[in-house]
Amino acid sequence: MTGYAGTAKAGVVKEKLPWEPGSLNAPVHGVDPNGPTYLTPVERRLLTAIADRIIPSDELSIGGAEAGCVTFIDRQLAGPYGRAASMYMRGRFVKGTTQQGIQSAMTPAERYRKGLHELALFCQRDTGKAFEALPPEKQDDILSRLENGRIAFPSIDSRIFFEQILQNMREGYLADPIYGGNRDMASWKMLGFPGARYDYRDYMDIKNQDLGLAPLSLRDRTI
Amino acid sequence: MTRKRPKADVVIVGLGWCGSLAAEELTRAGLDVVAIERGPWVEPAIDFAPGVDTDELRWDTRRSMLLPPAIETTTVRNTRFQKALPIRDWSINEWGYNAGGSGTHWAAMAWRFTPFDFQPYSMTVSRYGAKQLAEGLIVQDWGVTYDELEPYYDRFEKIAGISGKAGVLNGQIMQGGNPFEGSRSSEYPLPPLKTTHLTDLFSEASNALGYHPFMVPAGNTSEAYTNPLGIRMAPCTYCGYCLYYGCGNWSKSSPNACIFPALVQRSNFTVLTDSAVLKATLAPDGKTATGVIFCDKKGDQWEQPADIVIFSAFQMQNVRLLLLSGIGKPYDPAKREGVVGRAYCFQTVSGANLFFQDKKFNHFAGAGALSAQIDDFNGDNFDHSGLGFIGGAGILVVSRGSRPIGNADFLEPNTPRWGAAWKKAYKDAFQNATGIFGQGTSYSHDEAYLDLDPEYTDQYGQPLLRMTFEYNTNDRRSAQFIEDKSVEIGRKMGAKTVIGTNSAASSFTPYNFASDHTIGGAVMGTDPRTSVLNRYQQVWDVHNVFVLGASSFPNNAGYNPTGTIGALALWTARAIIDQYLKNPAPLVKA
Ligand SMILES: Cc1cc2nc3c(=O)[nH]c(=O)nc-3n(C[C@H](O)[C@H](O)[C@H](O)COP(=O)(O)OP(=O)(O)OC[C@H]3O[C@@H](n4cnc5c(N)ncnc54)[C@H](O)[C@@H]3O)c2cc1C
Ligand code: SF4
Repeated sequence: MTGYAGTAKAGVVKEKLPWEPGSLNAPVHGVDPNGPTYLTPVERRLLTAIADRIIPSDELSIGGAEAGCVTFIDRQLAGPYGRAASMYMRGRFVKGTTQQGIQSAMTPAERYRKGLHELALFCQRDTGKAFEALPPEKQDDILSRLENGRIAFPSIDSRIFFEQILQNMREGYLADPIYGGNRDMASWKMLGFPGARYDYRDYMDIKNQDLGLAPLSLRDRTI
Repeated sequence: MTRKRPKADVVIVGLGWCGSLAAEELTRAGLDVVAIERGPWVEPAIDFAPGVDTDELRWDTRRSMLLPPAIETTTVRNTRFQKALPIRDWSINEWGYNAGGSGTHWAAMAWRFTPFDFQPYSMTVSRYGAKQLAEGLIVQDWGVTYDELEPYYDRFEKIAGISGKAGVLNGQIMQGGNPFEGSRSSEYPLPPLKTTHLTDLFSEASNALGYHPFMVPAGNTSEAYTNPLGIRMAPCTYCGYCLYYGCGNWSKSSPNACIFPALVQRSNFTVLTDSAVLKATLAPDGKTATGVIFCDKKGDQWEQPADIVIFSAFQMQNVRLLLLSGIGKPYDPAKREGVVGRAYCFQTVSGANLFFQDKKFNHFAGAGALSAQIDDFNGDNFDHSGLGFIGGAGILVVSRGSRPIGNADFLEPNTPRWGAAWKKAYKDAFQNATGIFGQGTSYSHDEAYLDLDPEYTDQYGQPLLRMTFEYNTNDRRSAQFIEDKSVEIGRKMGAKTVIGTNSAASSFTPYNFASDHTIGGAVMGTDPRTSVLNRYQQVWDVHNVFVLGASSFPNNAGYNPTGTIGALALWTARAIIDQYLKNPAPLVKA
């Protein structure tokens, strides 16, 4: 078979500009409160306690849990990010050098499942209590030991687990509220980041001064 | 079963800057051109509208416009005696994946290379003697000179609407520009962008040290502009959602903003999107290509026959397509023979991190290429006698727009990365932290090369490209030199803390995002034993195949590559129209 019409599955652009909005990896907005979730209630409780240590509530801003970081993470894990949709996941998985980076078949969602389980077991064994029940100083101590690789888990590299959590907590705290975190743009107010503004022409000549711009988000979370 | 499309005069593989510039020239000359693009079509006004574009998580953190490693990646190792493993996550392999290629989400610093960068071998030997060249370093002339390319740089800058200030105009040094640049035949189409407090501080400090600061030529429009194709661009709003983002304002130079509106109206131009080319097909005698095989979204295979095949699928992909098609002799590092994959190279980056006190840099406002630079230590602009290396770097500061997630680790050393102390430190650093960036020259080495991986494959079952790379002695020495200069400028700028940085001081890893300017692997040159392409980017062995992109660079300059990629694409398109069509044969005698 030859001919042009048969190329139906290739987009054909000829003599006009075609457009299909959003054909580029549309974001998982997760503003839908009934959207898919991933974490179990037990995992959620543990992650909520972690969120408030990674981003504690203080005079600068509300804490990670109140800011919605756990909701953010839950929605990310339920979507393509959690499934490692963008990552190269073909085998074999062979341990390599540090320069070659992580070689693991585990997706981000699986890292949470394994890591949170290991952390819960560790706390019970080490302190006789759940992580959530420990005083903040003790929680911080455990988290720093994870960060520095001073706690070894059987089923997942504890440092990889910690870095995964740290990255996603910060994302939840710092990303646009449209994704379920950064409630009331709390982190942007703290940093003085004006958010989703698209025109600074009037401000470029005002140098080394506070521009006093209130932040804007893509969508107010109350809508 | 492979189905066949009607024959075209030219098939273009990949529609980034190279493919688009070539398509514009060739269709204007009346040729029937079919471009095949792996990614989707995108429309700036819709896909990057202000209410879509201002989303750091989507475009920057999750890299939503880039080719996911899931579709294709490379394997990597530092030496050929190691086992290469796949790069699984986002890395320096930041490949475009839409009509427009990386030209849609780039930062748009639009440079010309210096005359030295095209003739590094002959100029080094004549100035310092051959002893200046380290053992195993690959240094060879390109076969084309700056003066030959000048009109094509000029054309590229006018199509792209570049904002800048000439430093050398018709041989005359001009105030405010880069006095070290090659001579230009005309001023930039637009004046430079506005400066920021950061670029002002840098310029004052480097002036005080006796250096020659200037504003980097930018593919962000300082004013409204109409390009030679009749396409209009609007003034940049300094929104800062630029690098990794599209531009919804028609202000960033891109194939989408500067070429497509004219190109898609031509009846002799067709784009097939969402279609990946697997390889070129060769005539039985292997001396010409007959077209390409591609796979559409559904997985069906097609043949696109054509008289001329142009690979413009980005540097890495060009090398891979040559290897998969059996074009040119693959490089064998043990024997130091063969050419495809040889002279692969990256970019050496060093500089300094600066932490100020009580500043309001307002880093969130800016544009992808809003930067100030000095070229006093770039290329061969300074005397290298006794230094033990060649090359150097452009030393610059960037006001390209900082976002909260991406900067969360940009803190003074020994600062906690979480908790109350992190919040406090980050609030401070968000306004006070910045960096000096030395974007270096790099020269390849006998042991740095690309070939096909023996184990790992892509979704079509074709082998991935394997990258074998480590910084060499020349890189390390030049990086150290540039780090020291950057620290000196940082101190002069009045930073409270100045920390030197040097990516070449440790082993190469693709997860250090200092630069993504991979080059070489299918280089142009004067000798078929050391180059895949002649000076017109035409394959020596298969004369109707032309390869466009940074894969042609035998060495990297201390700049971003795209101005030179664009000029070379136009130079090759002209050679096809003016010479090759009349006599389809090798344009240079081997
Ligand atoms: C984040 C970032 C910032 C940058 N900033 C700058 C800068 O400030 N200044 C500068 O000079 N350069 C910059 N660059 C580099 C610049 O973007 C590239 O040099 C330039 O876009 C390369 O153009 P190209 O046409 O060679 O390739 P690309 O733009 O990569 O286009 C290649 C096209 O080919 C398609 N393709 C690939 N394989 C196939 C296949 N098998 N079949 C069909 N189609 C295929 C791809 O989808 C892509 O669209 C930056 C790059 C990145 C990633
Ligand atoms: S900074 Fe300017 S060029 Fe870049 S995206 Fe914003 S408006 Fe466009």
